[in-house]
Amino acid sequence: MPGTLNCPLIDRHIGRKERCGLENNIIEMLHITKEFPGIVANDDITLTIRKGEIHALLGENGAGKSTLMSVLFGLYNPEQGEIRMNGQAVNISNPNDATALGIGMVHQHFKLVECFTVLENIILGVEPAKAGFLRIEEARAKVMSLSEKYGLQIDPDARIEDISVGMQQRTEILKMLYRDNDVLIFDEPTAVLTPQEITELMEIIRSFAAEGKSILFISHKLNEIMAVADRCTVLRKGKCVGTVDVKAVTPEELSRMMVGRDVQLKVEKSKAHPGGVILDVQKLSVPSKTHKGKRSVKDVSFKVHSGEIVCIAGIDGNGQTELISALTGLERASAGSIGLCGNDITRASIRRRSKLGMSHIPEDRHKHGLVLDFSLADNMVLQRYWQPEFERGGFIRRAKIREYSDELIKKYDVRSGEGSDSIVRSMSGGNQQKAIVAREMDREHSLLVAVQPTRGLDVGAIEYIHNCIVRERDGGAAVLLISFELDEVMNLADRILVMHGGEIVGELDPERTNVREVGLYMAGSKRDDSAETEAMA
Amino acid sequence: MNSNDRGVKKLLLGILPSLAAIAIGLIFGFIVMLAAAPANALSGFGTVLTRGFTRMADVLFYATPIIMTGLSVGFAYRMGLFNIGASGQYTMGMFCAMYAAFMLPMPRPINWIVCCLAAIAGGALWGAIPGIFKALLNINEVITSIMFNYIGMYIVDELVRNNAVMYVAVKARTNYIPENVQLPSIGGGGSSLNIGTIIAIVLAVLLFIVLFKTTFGYELRATGFNKFAAKYAGMNSRRNIILTMIIAGALAGLGGALYILSPSSIQGASMTYEPINVIAEEGFNGIAVALLGCSHPIGIVFSAIFVSFIQRGGTAAVAYKPEIIDVMIAFIIYFSAFAMFVRELVLGKRRRKRAGNAKPEGNITADEIDAPMIELDIDKEE
Repeated sequence: MPGTLNCPLIDRHIGRKERCGLENNIIEMLHITKEFPGIVANDDITLTIRKGEIHALLGENGAGKSTLMSVLFGLYNPEQGEIRMNGQAVNISNPNDATALGIGMVHQHFKLVECFTVLENIILGVEPAKAGFLRIEEARAKVMSLSEKYGLQIDPDARIEDISVGMQQRTEILKMLYRDNDVLIFDEPTAVLTPQEITELMEIIRSFAAEGKSILFISHKLNEIMAVADRCTVLRKGKCVGTVDVKAVTPEELSRMMVGRDVQLKVEKSKAHPGGVILDVQKLSVPSKTHKGKRSVKDVSFKVHSGEIVCIAGIDGNGQTELISALTGLERASAGSIGLCGNDITRASIRRRSKLGMSHIPEDRHKHGLVLDFSLADNMVLQRYWQPEFERGGFIRRAKIREYSDELIKKYDVRSGEGSDSIVRSMSGGNQQKAIVAREMDREHSLLVAVQPTRGLDVGAIEYIHNCIVRERDGGAAVLLISFELDEVMNLADRILVMHGGEIVGELDPERTNVREVGLYMAGSKRDDSAETEAMA
Repeated sequence: MNSNDRGVKKLLLGILPSLAAIAIGLIFGFIVMLAAAPANALSGFGTVLTRGFTRMADVLFYATPIIMTGLSVGFAYRMGLFNIGASGQYTMGMFCAMYAAFMLPMPRPINWIVCCLAAIAGGALWGAIPGIFKALLNINEVITSIMFNYIGMYIVDELVRNNAVMYVAVKARTNYIPENVQLPSIGGGGSSLNIGTIIAIVLAVLLFIVLFKTTFGYELRATGFNKFAAKYAGMNSRRNIILTMIIAGALAGLGGALYILSPSSIQGASMTYEPINVIAEEGFNGIAVALLGCSHPIGIVFSAIFVSFIQRGGTAAVAYKPEIIDVMIAFIIYFSAFAMFVRELVLGKRRRKRAGNAKPEGNITADEIDAPMIELDIDKEE
């Protein structure tokens, strides 16, 4: 298995954990394996949580953190492995079982009824009632005493839709406390908070631990884990890399465990020869969709020249998706400007952007990239069906489309059961992606925006697409690549921009940096204040 | 496998669920007939299945308006819009045709053509309004078009009652459409067969061409299958939504004209309108017809003729109320939805199997697995 670490420190700590007495472990998840068709999301993962500890779960996107927590919370049933609580095997087949065992969870996306008050949300499902009548005052007294005890300030009568994200989170926490939960799971709790709110939350979490509650803290932010956690379990690609004592490791070591560094898919490429400016982004801001009044992208400025690959690195959810939506026209920017080959396209339609030479390999191939129920041929001309080549007098020129599609299939080696006639839904993911790549590379363009172009593909296809992208660059196109895979970033980029919290926090030269440094920028524990100005230069 | 074989296979796969649904629906209908009046069940069922053959002209006469409303619903559905407002558009079109017939004296054959054009305009207007609301303000077309059914019907009834030329108060209905404005009859001798049926079938063929041979049809189907991909590809969804609803409305509106202007010898049918504050059932039958015809223009022609066929049989079945046919049609619609579901299940299984075999290629990452949760979030956003 590539990616296994020779880290002596891990063995040491696992050893210590096993010596640890069983009576200390409140939760033991032993050898959990959860498979989905085509993928093992959790592969023989063992995770133990001691009473009164703050245990962090660290891993990249897709490492299996959420799956593991869903197993613990009863949302998924694992194929193998068992869960023990206080040494007793327990069966958690749905969230009600988890609640009955005192396990509570604050989800990344809050599960609150928007038009209910804070108090109503807290008691939802466990309403104190007498003869069918709600005893709201009894509930209010309990909620308010909990609120005071832990310093969780709330307004019990405010409606969820009217209160801040921070207070919504406190409502979620009170929900767990109201149910007397002893094991509290926090799924990426700081993702939506301001720095002050994060500090407060850390204090509150510590006070829970001091009281003997056990905390499971899911995050990919190293500095938070360093600040608050006692131990940390690292997952990578569905496997458990190890459990370490946070005090005994450095952020660099954690980062290395999380990312893993053995697969090196080197792409052959010569030095870039950047030409003129193709894409010019100035002070671009994009409003957040999920949190009103916040911005997902904050005053981002950068340029992409012809003949270079600029890569935006960063952990998923730091504004990359929103940035690309604004660049490609799927969403509107709230401020700033976008220039393409000297034309202002800030408010231009998608069709106009396409005409001006923007190609876009979208992040979600099923949602945006393809009409799955169309034939492969019809998908190959998704942006071009109206061009004179394929249309005459309002009628589609099927023969021409077929001819063109056959040509692309041959050129880009797209495999399918029935060639141009194949319904795209019946094709494999890799070939669907190849079809998109073929379409976007083959149409006339000066800028290629590629978002996670190799997501979910096998090694061969990844290599192929990487080579295509380099060829694009050498042909004089500007390439903007967004990737959550550090490998890909290091391999392909001529310049790396790191995004964190909706901002570009650093610009790096792949020749003069290493994965560890990029990882630190990605995790937000390092930032270049001059990055913005450098990126603009 | 050559493309001809493939075409046949595709066609079979397309119509089999509908045929199966019809068979099962008829069986259930027969069971209901048995329960209602056992002695007459067999002969009654026979009448339902055969009587239509002896009255083909009437079958086509009644099929014409529901071909039109079926095309209206089916066409909009291809775009992903549920046009439940076909009744209102139909009524609006019928009124416009009537108004032109009574109030604008013109020589034949210009007069009936003008009546049809007026109906198209009225229906198109009634389709356009929900379309505009949907396109510009993202207001659900189902809700607006349901409301426009009522608004249209009440407006029409009011206008009819207040028009002394059209309305005969003592009979609580309009005058008969003047003979020289009626649609040209074919077959002659008081036959119910008229040019309306031919117009409807020609329009179905035309719609087929629009849907599958033009760039507009390409955009429309792309949007219906995946509106996100259509947006990504730079298609103008606002324009397309409004245009689709205008066309759907025009089709239903013309359906109203083809019904009211049709000459027939059937007692109590056609050439007159009763303003009795009831929503036209042709609109809802259009939904059933479109569903049974898989929203395919040619399929809709056949399913409309079939529905009309068993309705004719139903009115003739001894010892049963004609509503027995509504029960049968309800069963058929229910099972056609069910059959499509089963077909999806079978196809889905085969697809998954294929995906499983192609495992080395389809190496999905774990975050794709969380799809159900992600979908939930998307739902919330919308």
